[in-house]
Amino acid sequence: MESGVVILIGLFFTVAVYLMLSKQLVRILLGIAILGNAVNMLIFTNGRLTREVPPLIPDHLYAPETATANPLPQALVLTAIVISFSFFAFLLVLAFRAYQELGTDEVNEMRIAEPEHDQTPPQGY
Amino acid sequence: MTPALIDDTTLYAVLAPFAAAVVAPFLTRWFKHNAAWLLAIVPALIFLHFTGFVEPVSKGESFVAAKAWAPSYGVNFSVYVDGLSTLFALLISGIGTFIILYAGGYLKGHPQQGRFFSFLFMFMGSMLGLVLGNNLISLFIFWELTSITSFLLIGFDHLRAASRRAALQALVVTGGGGLALLAGFILIISATGEIEMSVLLSSPDIIKDTALYVPIFFLVLGGAFTKSAQFPFHFWLPNAMEAPTPVSAYLHSATMVKAGVYLLMRMHPLLGGTELWTTVLPLFGGVTLLVGTILAVRQTDLKLMLAYTTVASLGLLVMLTGTSQEKALEGAVLYLLAHSLFKGALFMVAGTIDHEAGTRDITKLGGLRSAMPITFVAACLAALSMAGLPPFIGFIAKEVLYYGTWGWLELGLPITVTAVVGNALMLVIAAAVAIKPFLGPKVETPKHAHEGPVLLFAGPVFLSVTGLGLALIAHTTGELLIGPTLSSLVGQTTEIELHLWPTSINAPLLLSLVTIGLGIVLFTQIDRLRGLIGSILTAIGWGPDKGFDQFVAGIVGLSWRITRLLQSGKMQTYMILTFIFTGVAVLVPGFLTGSLPAMPKMPDYRFYEWGILLIAFFGLIAVLVANTRLTAIVSLGIQGFAVALIFMMFGAPDLSFTQFMVETLSVVILALVMTRLNLSPSDHRHGLAAIGTGIVAIGVGLGLTLTLLAITQQPFDSRLSDFFAQFSRSIAHGRNIVNVIIVDFRGFDTLGEIAVVVLAGLCVLALIRVRTKPEKPIEKPETVSQPTSAQTGEVR
Amino acid sequence: MRTIIFRTIAPYLSALMVLFSIFVLLRGHNEPGGGFIGGLIAASALAIFGIACGVASVRRAIVFHPMGVSGFGLFLSALAGLPSIFKAQAFMTSQWLDVHLFGVEIALSTPLFFDIGVYLVVVGAIGSIALALEEREVD
Repeated sequence: MESGVVILIGLFFTVAVYLMLSKQLVRILLGIAILGNAVNMLIFTNGRLTREVPPLIPDHLYAPETATANPLPQALVLTAIVISFSFFAFLLVLAFRAYQELGTDEVNEMRIAEPEHDQTPPQGY
Repeated sequence: MTPALIDDTTLYAVLAPFAAAVVAPFLTRWFKHNAAWLLAIVPALIFLHFTGFVEPVSKGESFVAAKAWAPSYGVNFSVYVDGLSTLFALLISGIGTFIILYAGGYLKGHPQQGRFFSFLFMFMGSMLGLVLGNNLISLFIFWELTSITSFLLIGFDHLRAASRRAALQALVVTGGGGLALLAGFILIISATGEIEMSVLLSSPDIIKDTALYVPIFFLVLGGAFTKSAQFPFHFWLPNAMEAPTPVSAYLHSATMVKAGVYLLMRMHPLLGGTELWTTVLPLFGGVTLLVGTILAVRQTDLKLMLAYTTVASLGLLVMLTGTSQEKALEGAVLYLLAHSLFKGALFMVAGTIDHEAGTRDITKLGGLRSAMPITFVAACLAALSMAGLPPFIGFIAKEVLYYGTWGWLELGLPITVTAVVGNALMLVIAAAVAIKPFLGPKVETPKHAHEGPVLLFAGPVFLSVTGLGLALIAHTTGELLIGPTLSSLVGQTTEIELHLWPTSINAPLLLSLVTIGLGIVLFTQIDRLRGLIGSILTAIGWGPDKGFDQFVAGIVGLSWRITRLLQSGKMQTYMILTFIFTGVAVLVPGFLTGSLPAMPKMPDYRFYEWGILLIAFFGLIAVLVANTRLTAIVSLGIQGFAVALIFMMFGAPDLSFTQFMVETLSVVILALVMTRLNLSPSDHRHGLAAIGTGIVAIGVGLGLTLTLLAITQQPFDSRLSDFFAQFSRSIAHGRNIVNVIIVDFRGFDTLGEIAVVVLAGLCVLALIRVRTKPEKPIEKPETVSQPTSAQTGEVR
Repeated sequence: MRTIIFRTIAPYLSALMVLFSIFVLLRGHNEPGGGFIGGLIAASALAIFGIACGVASVRRAIVFHPMGVSGFGLFLSALAGLPSIFKAQAFMTSQWLDVHLFGVEIALSTPLFFDIGVYLVVVGAIGSIALALEEREVD
């Protein structure tokens, strides 16, 4: 049941990593967005897949009647989706502001924090 | 004889200074420098509390009190009161009382006086905790606290680089020694299984019998020698004279630097008496004594002279402790008491001269006798004690210690000679400190000198008079203070008899006379001596102090080089390394342990399910090859919606809805931002670079696929999920299990997660709102440095 | 994007979406739904309204600053963990109270308030991000 989805997840990871290894900020961002989906699906699939039976308890019962989808990874992934989205938005804005301030979208040219020719270390007390 | 258990008052006495540290700034704000009078009540009460122990302790009793701190590790906040700790506690609180008063006068009107009091009290509390500490771990904690609080005190005047350097030096040296001490303590605990000092002391051979004695010995010595400024760690102590004088008077007379000596004395029954002990300690102590006195003669700064003699005195104490001879130990205890009193007084005198005359360089001082009569008397009394003349406690100490060293068969002669030379030079310094500034013709000083206020002279007068008084009642002093302390040192109850005047003409008396004669001769030649030592030191040209600078520069340089190596500043390098390691970490174990998954069977998906997977696949490929912004956004949306469909397909409607909404919003904000970002039509990678990064990416993807396949082929442990399904309705009254987990079962988790969402929102807002300079890139600093643009700049 | 049709429909659409989001939020405990989904729907409503009629009118319509709403949501969620103190139970242990109002039984519970807090956090934070980005579009 899982194998098809697992291979798809592997593809998601491959594409995400490949994009993140780019020098261009925009491609890195796209990679991160895909990575988020890949990780969410990874967690989801780890809890095994059950077709089409949502983890809901029927109104007249106190426990699910038949085997349902695993509710635990769903709960974990649900919050993860929202968080990864908030951080994707944050990264997006960060990239856009960096592009505005530094005038480049090549990561190797963004060297304000780690200048190319660093000064000698601070001496004295 | 087991120690008796007492109530917690003594524990509170240790904690009281910390409480005083909290209120001190407020009192200082209300009462200005007069707060010192109120604050001095705290150490005075502690002093009174410990005087109550003098009587029973002198009868050979000892006491413990304890509060559990981290009982599962055997760590307690416990105190052990015996002769040694009583003497130290009395010195710390008694001298502390006058230091507080003195600080009130010395830093009068200083805007940071409250902070100063606060540090001073914290130091006092740490010191009390240290000398009373029974539990090895709590003793260590207080030991390190004294390092930290002395760092704060020495660096009090933190605007000066010299002060900062001295503070850092003291912290590095004593803190480093503290780590050695911790290691030593841990070895003691693991070797003996005991953590309480009182228990260890009840069976003195417990450590000496273990195989770990030698490492324990050297580690404990590392702590004691750094703290007590033994050669070659002596350099931090004179540098610490950068601190305000009350600090020097307190830390370098009775407390901080004596902590090392205290530790050696405390450990003497456990570690002392061995050949190792009687070789190493006298050697280092003797060298320190000579180096200290010789360097002291060279100085012209009052405080530095005193500082180097403190180094010398510590050397003498270590040397005496190292002899393990009962009489010499008695001399050490007497000298410890005498030194605390006269050195505290002399430091305060030096500070008063500095405060009132504006300089403490003895070549620029003279004839202050008439201007500062009270200070002069105090200085004389203290200096006589330091010189070891009768009828002062210093004299008795010298007599006893000569008696002890002279009578030691193995190394008695070299030790005695060292002691005589050291004491003679000490006499030279004592004379120089007491005579030079006060006697002789009046010299014009930067400030018009006059007697200081009572806050300033109370301390020196009281301490120096005590030095005289304790000598006059020598018999009682010996019985109540020295005897019990000596008992702690030798590990059994010992009675002694002290006399002010020698009972007969014996070797020690002659040695004393030799010392005094030698001292007087040297004093007449002090200027030539000073020049000689100066030229020798210039010839050597290197000292541990300079070595410290080189050490620090070396450390900074090394860390800088390592940082440059690891942090190349190239994001791509970081990323590639990270992913290579990720790939290796997920791939290699599978191959090594042979836990690779079996070949998966063809899954029995329905037609439309294959369709959904295919949509996701094509979405992915489209993102990979996208060359315009629109295709990138749209294809990213496609793979996202496909993921939502996959969630739907496997019974997760909640996830599916959330994913749909998130993808929609993603597309919206991507569309808003991307219009202002630049997407170059093709990836920059060609040929080798593309293949290289591609291999890394495929490695990571393959590794995760195999791992996940292996996981899913294992039987599933569904206990946790079953629990939630079972109790979702019966306990949490909800039929949607996923929602119940989120808001109820794992609500605390969710609380943290929504806090993250809030933070992300705040960060985005801050990023968008904060503008450094509108439409001005950072790379153009020259426009700012030009004066014309700086003047016109404010119009912008 | 600012066609007349879109601008005319957007307010009604947004209002409907917000209403629907509240419905989704409240049914969450028993049927698919909940604070996260509801919050995202409401945030989308704000985003749509902002695109159609401008950010200023959205800010007027919601009165409070979205981050303020978000912060209040976090506060409410944290607060929902506290009532268990009075029963000497661990933090966040759920408490239930059945209230009869006009003959209808309403189950009030701390998880419900917690979920409302989640809803507000998501609306506020995501809405704030979307609005801030739309605002930049204008200038």
